[in-house]
Amino acid sequence: MTVRDLLTSEKFSAISLPDESREIRNVYIGDLLSWVMGRAKADDAWITIMSNVNILAVASLADTSCIILAEGVTVDETIKATAMDKEINILTTNMNIYETAIYLNGLL
Amino acid sequence: MSEALKFHYVVDGQDFTSAGHASVMVKKNLRQLGLPPEKIRQVSIAMYEGEINMVIHAGGGVADVSVTEDYVEIVLTDKGPGIKDIEQAMQEGFSTATDNIRSLGFGAGMGLPNMKRYSDFMEINSVVGEGTTITMRVNIN
Ligand SMILES: Nc1ncnc2c1ncn2[C@@H]1O[C@H](COP(=O)(O)OP(=O)(O)O)[C@@H](O)[C@H]1O
Ligand SMILES: [Mg+2]
Repeated sequence: MTVRDLLTSEKFSAISLPDESREIRNVYIGDLLSWVMGRAKADDAWITIMSNVNILAVASLADTSCIILAEGVTVDETIKATAMDKEINILTTNMNIYETAIYLNGLL
Repeated sequence: MSEALKFHYVVDGQDFTSAGHASVMVKKNLRQLGLPPEKIRQVSIAMYEGEINMVIHAGGGVADVSVTEDYVEIVLTDKGPGIKDIEQAMQEGFSTATDNIRSLGFGAGMGLPNMKRYSDFMEINSVVGEGTTITMRVNIN
């Protein structure tokens, strides 16, 4: 499944989408950045409610395929611009983390 | 690549928004050099944790990265407060981070353990009141 495939569902909307053909192979959930950094795998979709700018470096370095902000969380315009610049896909969903995980599980 | 390629970065201790910048730059450079993705990931994670530590615990510092045929070496040097008990600092979950820093998602006490886990060699030299130097290597071959 690619990031683009997720967006065909109305449950997700794009905040930044510089690389929509990125493959999603698995899922990681977490808000503590060091945990995500150390445990998320490359090509994971990363579900979080953290929305500060530091999530961009973590997504970039851990090489996740996208950040999914659950619970309707969004980011401000500067983070959005930086995400485009750093080529980080960010989606948002109104589902909570549990619902998002179950939804993704059905697609993987 | 007989001579080591060297990169030098200043890590700003005041600016949380650019924290991780040096690591992201190194990742880009290693990609261009064509290193294996798994090795790049190891270097990125180890260096990011060290860089963040310099920002949140030491008021900034410098990062020197060299790439040889055999390994990538990261040397992080700061003039912060130093680490009193290194063995304790190395334990998973140990952190002196403030609530403010935790609210940003840092301070899980996983940084030093991650650095150890993702590097093939790690050495910490720290003097209380003077600063900390951490050397890490990730073997390429
Ligand atoms: N460069 C540094 N200078 C001073 N203290 C440090 C430094 N790096 C780490 N420490 C100390 O070691 C502890 C553990 O570090 P780490 O495992 O990265 O966890 P965290 O950064 O989440 O607190 C820190 O809370 C801090 O007290
Ligand atoms: Mg740390």
